[in-house]
Amino acid sequence: MHVEAFLALQNITKTFPGVVANDRVTLEVRPGEVHALLGENGAGKTTLMSVLYGIYQPDSGEIVLRGRPVRIRSPHDAIARGIGMVPQQFLLVRRHTVAENVALGLAGTPVLFPARHVQRRIEDLGQRYGLLVDPQAPVWSLSVSEQQRVEILKALMRGAEILILDEPTSVLTPQEALGLFAVLRRMKEEGHAVIFITHKLDEVMAVADRVTVLRKGRVVDTVPVARTDKRALARMMVGRDVEFRLPKAPATADGEALAVEDLWTRSDRGLLALRGVSFSVRRGEILGIAGVAGNGQREQVEVLTGLRRAERGRVRVLGRDVTNRSAREVFEAGAAHIPEERVRMGIVPRLSVAENLVLRQYRYPPFCRGPLLDPEAIFDFARRMIAEYDIVTPSARTPARALSGGNIQKLILARELSGEPGVVIAAHPTSGLDVSATEQIHALLLRRRQQGAGVLLVSEDLDEILALSDRIAVMFSGEIVGTVAAGEADRERLGLMMTGQRG
Amino acid sequence: MEEWVLNTIIRGLALGTPLLWAALGEVYAERSGVVNLGVEGMMILGAFSAFALAQTTGNPLLGLLLAAGAGAAGALLHAFVTITLRANQYVSGLALTMLGLGLSALLGRRWEGLPLLETLPEVSAFTYLSLLLAVALWFVLYHTRWGMVVRSAGEAPAAVDTLGVNVALVRYLAVVFGGAMAGVGGGFLSVAYRPSWTEGMTNGLGWIAIAIAIFASWDPLRAVAGAFLFGALFHLSFRLQTWVAPEPLQMMPFAFTILVLAATARRGGRARGAPEALGVPYVRGER
Amino acid sequence: MMRIGPLEVERRPDPPVTWVLGVSLLAILAAMAASGVIFWSHGVAPLRAYGVIIRGTLFNVRALPEVVRFAIPLLLAGVGLVLAFRALFWNIGAEGQILAGATAATWVALFSPVPDPLKLPAMFLAGFLGGAAWGFLPALLKLRLAVNEVISTLMMNYIALYLVSWLVHGPWKGPQMRGFAFTDEFPPAAQIPLLAGTRIHWVTLLLGILLAGAVAFMLARTRLGFEIRVQGESLDAARYAGIDPTRTTLLVMLFGGGAAGLAGVGEVGGIHHRLLDPNQISLGLGYAAIIVAWLARGSPLAAVLTALFLGVVFTSGDVMKVALQMPARVTDVFNGLILFWLIGSERALYYRVRWVPRREAPAPLPVPDAGAGSGGPGDGE
Repeated sequence: MHVEAFLALQNITKTFPGVVANDRVTLEVRPGEVHALLGENGAGKTTLMSVLYGIYQPDSGEIVLRGRPVRIRSPHDAIARGIGMVPQQFLLVRRHTVAENVALGLAGTPVLFPARHVQRRIEDLGQRYGLLVDPQAPVWSLSVSEQQRVEILKALMRGAEILILDEPTSVLTPQEALGLFAVLRRMKEEGHAVIFITHKLDEVMAVADRVTVLRKGRVVDTVPVARTDKRALARMMVGRDVEFRLPKAPATADGEALAVEDLWTRSDRGLLALRGVSFSVRRGEILGIAGVAGNGQREQVEVLTGLRRAERGRVRVLGRDVTNRSAREVFEAGAAHIPEERVRMGIVPRLSVAENLVLRQYRYPPFCRGPLLDPEAIFDFARRMIAEYDIVTPSARTPARALSGGNIQKLILARELSGEPGVVIAAHPTSGLDVSATEQIHALLLRRRQQGAGVLLVSEDLDEILALSDRIAVMFSGEIVGTVAAGEADRERLGLMMTGQRG
Repeated sequence: MEEWVLNTIIRGLALGTPLLWAALGEVYAERSGVVNLGVEGMMILGAFSAFALAQTTGNPLLGLLLAAGAGAAGALLHAFVTITLRANQYVSGLALTMLGLGLSALLGRRWEGLPLLETLPEVSAFTYLSLLLAVALWFVLYHTRWGMVVRSAGEAPAAVDTLGVNVALVRYLAVVFGGAMAGVGGGFLSVAYRPSWTEGMTNGLGWIAIAIAIFASWDPLRAVAGAFLFGALFHLSFRLQTWVAPEPLQMMPFAFTILVLAATARRGGRARGAPEALGVPYVRGER
Repeated sequence: MMRIGPLEVERRPDPPVTWVLGVSLLAILAAMAASGVIFWSHGVAPLRAYGVIIRGTLFNVRALPEVVRFAIPLLLAGVGLVLAFRALFWNIGAEGQILAGATAATWVALFSPVPDPLKLPAMFLAGFLGGAAWGFLPALLKLRLAVNEVISTLMMNYIALYLVSWLVHGPWKGPQMRGFAFTDEFPPAAQIPLLAGTRIHWVTLLLGILLAGAVAFMLARTRLGFEIRVQGESLDAARYAGIDPTRTTLLVMLFGGGAAGLAGVGEVGGIHHRLLDPNQISLGLGYAAIIVAWLARGSPLAAVLTALFLGVVFTSGDVMKVALQMPARVTDVFNGLILFWLIGSERALYYRVRWVPRREAPAPLPVPDAGAGSGGPGDGE
């Protein structure tokens, strides 16, 4: 059956310095359909939708809406054209009521008592779409799923015919997710088109009519959901590229380096981020944690390194219990941390390379004698580290932020690994780095492994995980859904686990 | 005895009026997300310009009009530096105060000691007008479209921006409005309360006005209570001079402010009720 | 990166010292130009006015000591503020801390049983403690109750002002003269010696220079200094390194308040030899010290120079009164204008401007739409 395309994104290309986020992507959406946009992090889904919503302008390509090419210059523009978006981080005024939030900036509201004016319509829409929420309630008192309903109402009130939802179930419980799907089905019936960004296969199968899979900025395929299955989708999502495994000696498994038992913790928003995670890393092995970002990996690393409280569970570093101890104590127990946010957390940008290199150990001799620092000792150490770790910098006095990303990372590694720690927790160590820097970082991690440390590698890059790990654990929704030995792991199996299937 | 109380009330109302105008202005500015510590500077500029024009033309109301303009001009400078150039709001306000105090002292030299023949009575229709204004501003803030936009700009500018409303423009308008109000407040001092001009005649009232805005949790009606309370307090410090040294009483509003801030504090945040985006320059890109 | 005609403007997160100096200088010149308008409105040609001022302050044998006289308290308070700003504590209360120090010193001078030879050292000690105490409360309020330090330190200024006023009109009242109130004069043992023929109380001056050096040394070479620098840059990294934010902030504020307190000691012990009307003591020095610290851009040693600069500004007030018949208040205007230009030009610090006239027309790179988020992931302001 030939149905007029409501919306078509044709050959959209969008690049940022150093990366092609969208590479000639074509997406076509019909009225009355729920169209899922599936892919790993970095596949380009959010960028594409940002282009559609007017946040970015494409470098090339066209947006055709209702048969006519248009230029969408801003979210305001998109809204005016009937495109609405429910973002992952809600843009709501918490202190105001639902009605006030919906009425904000809405054309046609009267000058006096604007909130009252929209109340009736909110109730009507609520009935029609199953988006029940109390218009008089202040937003801060609402549950997350109710707040999401407010965002949807905002879009509907402004005449959205196309609704974009960005990972909407990432903040919902399974029951609430079901409620959302019911709403989406109602919207379908009313003739809206829904674009649903996700990485969860279950949801795609449950609610979508068609799905477009993106990988590394390109469209892999667009298929009707009825004519595919999870295996096939997983395969499309992670691809069948040749893996590059680094030559490494077999793991010298010899004693426990890091052990985690039944960890539970909450995210900043108060939702459970870790639900009873347990694993262990032996000395001389690399355990890779695979998974799409947002499934608890960040909170996991924070708990392990002393930057977040665990509500329940234990963490042991080299046999010592370091549960809920400070970052410093964890480090001194022997656990080094390569943080995810290199510049914000890993270095002090305006301080020199040398000072950054002693950030963890400045209070001990030889760097410090009494209250005084010993600059000579610090510079000696710095010079050695710069040579040993091949940090490219004009001098040891250069401010750290002047270094390139790869060299900042090497600086961090030098600092963390120079003490020969027994445990290394590396979070996305090569994100944003070029090939040669990546190789160097990998070599350094392997060297530590060779020397008997246990390495926990958290990464979204399956290639990296497959190349370096001895064993691979997959995280989904705050739990470890499976652990496989590297020899038995393949992309398909991992891909399925990453989207929720137990391995 | 009753005369004493009545007197206090009247003079409290009198001094409370300039405080109220300035505080209401600051409430609006801060509600939109911009802290303006330049109230003292804007008030004194208002005091001077009101006096100068009233003296020359014999019309105190015209003086107040000019005062509004002077305050607004100062506020515009602050708005430009903090909204467009995104500089530190606190220091900018301080600079405005320095500038205002210096400029008014400079320009006001030849007006010092001159008498003002046509003045406004201390408590008059103007006072009642001020009260009505406060109610009106309260109504606008909470029950109209514009007020809602102002409040939203101070709470979640990103949300406002996405919906197509120009956050910078809203903030500019709120800050300039605040300046005009502060100017009129200052003008009232020199044209009604103590018809004269002396350099520095605001004596810290501008800072009290800021304190009132916080004390009132940024609510115009509560600001009324605060303004007249502090006004009465100030007056008492003069009245009780024969029994108590004036300075401890004069100190009170400032000590009070600290107490209020401490009492309304909340862990890891600003005072309870503070607009969430207060003091933070809005940069789009940070969605 | 943007092009504006033949100029290329691009972001540069780590500007060289020369650029920073250049921008700061331009800001000062811009403030001078704006002040020039004031001169012009008073019927004085701006260039002539500046000429008179510069000759009257820098090239006048009698004026130069006055410049130093003002630089002393500015340096002391300024160094304290440099440290406070480095730790991201916006201390606007130097004015009150000066008064607190002055009050403590007055008590030692007039009412304490300290024997004469120990009077001066005791005064300095008391002054330091008084100023430190005055800075301690706002610091505590910020750390425990998240009270905004800008407002709390400001309020403390006024409390100090009225406190001194009360003391001088009340319990500590000395002989009165034409309605001006002040305390008794300090005994000679409590007067800080001056450099012959000038109002330079050199002990305090020495103290100021030593303090500047000490703070510079502390920041660069000690553990505490390292911790302050890390914390002032990145709270996350500080947590990483195990630095306790409470301890560093409190220490910084105690020192900052104390340094300003010393300035107060200098004023009452060296210049006035009594406690008097608070406005006459602090003279707006506490607020000017903010400019001293801001201009010094975090360097305690640079504060020596910027304190001298502000000293010139203060001295120029007198010059203007005498030579140009302009009220001394112009300096306030100038200070306000400098501050505006300084903070207004901050963003310019992080850009580099190059003169690159277009020779051929290269194919333009796709420039991100300026209206909707300039740049992509990884681009942060």
